[in-house]
Amino acid sequence: MGMTMTQKILARAAGVESCRAGELLMCKLDLVLGNDITGPVAINEFEKMGATKVFDPAKIALIPDHFVPNKDIKSATMAKQLRDFARAQKIVHYYEVGRVGIEHALLPEQGIVAPGEVIIGADSHTCTYGAVGAFSTGVGSTDMAVGMATGECWFKVPEAVKVVLTGKMKPWVSGKDVILHLIGEIGVDGALYQSLEFCGDGVKEIGMDGRLTIANMAIEAGAKNGIFPVDDVCRAYLAERVTREYTAFEPDEDAEYSKVVTIDLSQLDLTVALPHLPENTKPASECRDLAIDQVVIGSCTNGRISDMRMAAQILKGHKVSDRVRCIVIPGTQQVVKTCLSEGLVDIFIDAGAIFTMPTCGPCLGGFCGVLADGERAVSTTNRNFVGRMGHTGSEIILAGPAVAAASAILGRVATPEEVL
Amino acid sequence: MKVQSTVIKYGDHVDTDVIIPARYLNTTDHAELASHCMEDLDADFKQKSLTRKVIVAGRNFGCGSSREHAPIAIKASGIELVIADSFARIFYRNAIDIGLPIIECPAAAAAIRDGDEVTVNLDTGEIADITTGETFVAAPFPPFIQKIIACGGIEAFVREKITGKAEA
Repeated sequence: MGMTMTQKILARAAGVESCRAGELLMCKLDLVLGNDITGPVAINEFEKMGATKVFDPAKIALIPDHFVPNKDIKSATMAKQLRDFARAQKIVHYYEVGRVGIEHALLPEQGIVAPGEVIIGADSHTCTYGAVGAFSTGVGSTDMAVGMATGECWFKVPEAVKVVLTGKMKPWVSGKDVILHLIGEIGVDGALYQSLEFCGDGVKEIGMDGRLTIANMAIEAGAKNGIFPVDDVCRAYLAERVTREYTAFEPDEDAEYSKVVTIDLSQLDLTVALPHLPENTKPASECRDLAIDQVVIGSCTNGRISDMRMAAQILKGHKVSDRVRCIVIPGTQQVVKTCLSEGLVDIFIDAGAIFTMPTCGPCLGGFCGVLADGERAVSTTNRNFVGRMGHTGSEIILAGPAVAAASAILGRVATPEEVL
Repeated sequence: MKVQSTVIKYGDHVDTDVIIPARYLNTTDHAELASHCMEDLDADFKQKSLTRKVIVAGRNFGCGSSREHAPIAIKASGIELVIADSFARIFYRNAIDIGLPIIECPAAAAAIRDGDEVTVNLDTGEIADITTGETFVAAPFPPFIQKIIACGGIEAFVREKITGKAEA
């Protein structure tokens, strides 16, 4: 019986010829990731278990991005614990404020993740790296601690949902609309414990930033990981970033899938997810009566340069509505620099938006855009749970950068053609 | 291992943002995390958890963020068991890792009501709703997982592997 991409990667990392869904494997890890929230919990566990040295300082990434630049004294204390540990252990991939970015934007950009690799991260959106053909999945801090100490992690080999993408997206439709549509179709537990394996002619129509957005939100369908095949588009992206050798895995012809979902990209509309679950999807054009107070454009989901460009294209020459705070959050310092060199920062500022530093900040209600009771946001982030961005009486509408930018201008849910 | 308690019941998709909101993630202190557990979902949780030690919930319990602070907050609140129709996978793993007993049992999750008295045998997976007289059987964890939970988490195992000592 054939294997999926995920199964092939796990089999290799476990040193076995083949594996099937349901099997338990102990796998060698290529990267163990943590951030300023989950890292300190993992460091405490690491020390409690009696570990003194990480298995490989070059295969651990400690990324302070959630509550940095430090939002309060307690957060500063946790960031310091992460920093002290990184220094003591000589962690190669520790990045200080000024060089750091949002973890899932930074790691692919810097070539720290590559096809065929096995990556765990104490952050649920670690599944992002499936966009470059890696197996990557979110874990908790204790698993991270074990990973740092031993370089290994056990996995139950997942079944897979095959997602066949066909056709070509309409203007302004992006990876965000693809993944929101999929979550709307299968539900927030539609791929629970399983892989989402993307394939089909439509893949080549989606750029790497779009694929990173799609893989990023695999977790929002309950998936263990989301993964794309490594094609020419991906190889070109990797060529500028990854110098080490990597292995691209393709699924076997006779790989088994628990279900197959086909998405004709040409039929996709600009999509939003209404409060309070990512599965509450609707065409944005049907939600125009929803007034908003804030727009967030950024995050590990949509903080890449393509997202910034799309938002700027719409905001150019327009003003953000008087009733809206529009917060633009580039994912990394490289994205910041490109926004500067391409004149996007001027566009954002002239439109009346704020252009901030890379941080997870408002996505999880941390800082830099927390919502008050009764406020509603359109956000390019990934979760719209109760209280996610602030007060439990606030609401989040998830959308891609095009809808977010148009909504910022009109002060309600809007689509680009209304303003262009 | 046996658990007997009155039940606190919740619905589907109880996410980790309501289990422990991110505004409280600037600490790793278990007691402090517990003091805010579930407060965005159920303002009475703190009071209820003084006497009720079993949570029963619907589908996809613990979905969302990977924050281990979520099962930690539940466990530190004194909850001894969570029964759900299904668990989100990271939460499932985290719960085992930190030694919070969990049981997946759709029939029990559907039938057991808020305030029912239950007895649960974690070794056999037998669940009895004393209030209604109904019984359910969930697939028990394999012995090695039961042992991890009984030890209070996987950290003890790894410590033994690294140092050869069971206690720090």
